[in-house]
Amino acid sequence: MLKHYETVFIMTPVLSDDQAKETVSKYKKMLTDNGCKIVHEDAWGLRKLQYPIQKKTTGFYHLIEFQGPAKFVAELEVAYKRDERLLRFLTVALDKHAVAYSEKRRNKAKA
Amino acid sequence: MASDNSEIRYLTPPTVDVKKKKYCRFKKSGIKYIDYKDANFLLKFVNEQGKILPRRLTGTSVKYQRKVSKAVKRARHLALLPYVADMLK
Repeated sequence: MLKHYETVFIMTPVLSDDQAKETVSKYKKMLTDNGCKIVHEDAWGLRKLQYPIQKKTTGFYHLIEFQGPAKFVAELEVAYKRDERLLRFLTVALDKHAVAYSEKRRNKAKA
Repeated sequence: MASDNSEIRYLTPPTVDVKKKKYCRFKKSGIKYIDYKDANFLLKFVNEQGKILPRRLTGTSVKYQRKVSKAVKRARHLALLPYVADMLK
């Protein structure tokens, strides 16, 4: 059974819009290539950071919720670490309460 | 003489605050998952300096206090909450 994961990453604000999109699509392609199913994707856009990261005070936040094999997460994080455009990333496994919660939020957002 | 000061009559009766029973808001409202991305919900569990409020003040149960602290620490990692702040609220 594929486990649910949720990954959030922050891109440097210095990127132009299409560079940001290109980075995001790079990771989405990487996910789909490795047998992950993207359940939900959410761009929070440019947000103010509560404390400066690498001397930057704002960042492009992006959230991807996906189902995938457990061992792929390590590869994903190595790719994140290598990409210098990402300020910060966080990958979280979702338990059943978390999945129910995000499900409810999505329906509420849609309704 | 001693009796004089014992008869101190207060203008208004001293309000000893009756100890109101603290309850765990998560158990009561049935919240099962605390989302680390929802910063302004997490602000309720953090004091002005950005420190996590202890259980004895918020009255939350152990199980949910751990979830709150894990969520707050994740939010701090993602710069949604500050590690240290002066006027957070």
